[in-house]
Amino acid sequence: MIDAEAIESLKDLGAHISARQPDAVRAADVVLGELTILAERDHVLGLLRFLRDDQQCNFETLIDVCGVDYPERTERFEVVYHLLSMRMNHRVRVRVQTSEETPVPSIVGLWPAANWFEREAFDMYGIQFSDHPDLRRILTDYGFEGYPLRKDFPLTGHYEVRYDDLEKRVVYEPVELAQEYRNFDFLSPWEGMTSQIPGDEKAEEVPE
Amino acid sequence: MADNYKPYALGASRSGVEGGFKPGQDDPFYTGLSDQLADKGYFTAAADDLISWARTGSLMWMTFGLACCAVEMMHAGNPRYDLERFGMAPRGSPRQSDVMIVAGTLTNKMAPALRKVYDQMPNPRYVISMGSCANGGGYYHYSYSVVRGCDRIVPVDIYVPGCPPTAEALVYGFLQLQKKIRREGSIER
Repeated sequence: MIDAEAIESLKDLGAHISARQPDAVRAADVVLGELTILAERDHVLGLLRFLRDDQQCNFETLIDVCGVDYPERTERFEVVYHLLSMRMNHRVRVRVQTSEETPVPSIVGLWPAANWFEREAFDMYGIQFSDHPDLRRILTDYGFEGYPLRKDFPLTGHYEVRYDDLEKRVVYEPVELAQEYRNFDFLSPWEGMTSQIPGDEKAEEVPE
Repeated sequence: MADNYKPYALGASRSGVEGGFKPGQDDPFYTGLSDQLADKGYFTAAADDLISWARTGSLMWMTFGLACCAVEMMHAGNPRYDLERFGMAPRGSPRQSDVMIVAGTLTNKMAPALRKVYDQMPNPRYVISMGSCANGGGYYHYSYSVVRGCDRIVPVDIYVPGCPPTAEALVYGFLQLQKKIRREGSIER
């Protein structure tokens, strides 16, 4: 349940942030009971510093930094920051748009926790972060090529591994699948359950 | 001697194999000796049986917990299912363990490390592949980063199915492995 009073206070907070940071905030909306700010890329560092230090905002905890891929856009990536204020008991989501080449300012100087989050976003999407102290891959295999969470990356990737008895080591080979990936249509009642089972509509009928 | 000749299974001189030579039933000299010694508080057994008894009775397993299956592996080792009643206990070092349980999703990045740990284990060594992911990739079969079955990296003796398998299933897998070791029987592999 979404509390109307909580939504009002979030709207007030959004208005306060837009008023104090007019250059940085492109839009501030409350959607599904959560405050979302669409920010300008060049001013995001100042905005996040304001969100952390301002007495009314006080977002001292960085929950997550992640990426999103929208291939149809000219600036295809979004970097999303989730912040939490333990003191004020409220949260905010800040979104920044960027392209493959354009770097986003790193926020490691504000929250050291952002270091690995930004490395992960770089690893999975290839999003660049300027002034990051150590921007290299974090999760994927050593020598991995490509950015696996981009929409145009093939699900099964390009290489698979196998132990070679002659070479006495694990070798990399091009992927060879015994069976292609199949996407099942789970809407068919024969393959999976739908929310409405045939005959459910009778429950609503009033008996005569 | 000719009339109590039995066609034993091929190469099966050991008593653990079905149809194999059972000295307790088939050899009158052995039976007589065994009866005499039993009166003095000893019992006799074939050396093969003794060795495989010793080997199946202390399977120290190398923990290779990679994902949620590892939790079931811990359950199997703890008092409720109590693998220690079979003489099995987790061992942190590959150089002192007999069997490796691959419990969980094996990723491409982890594969060389898994092989290295396997290579460090002394012979005879066994591998139990636990759960769908280790058996054949499971849920992540089509993933870009997961090995489609840990048998691509190490030879597997026992596959335990399930996602994750229950602790009982793992215990059953261990009992199957004991059976397999008894069948092999001899010191040579």
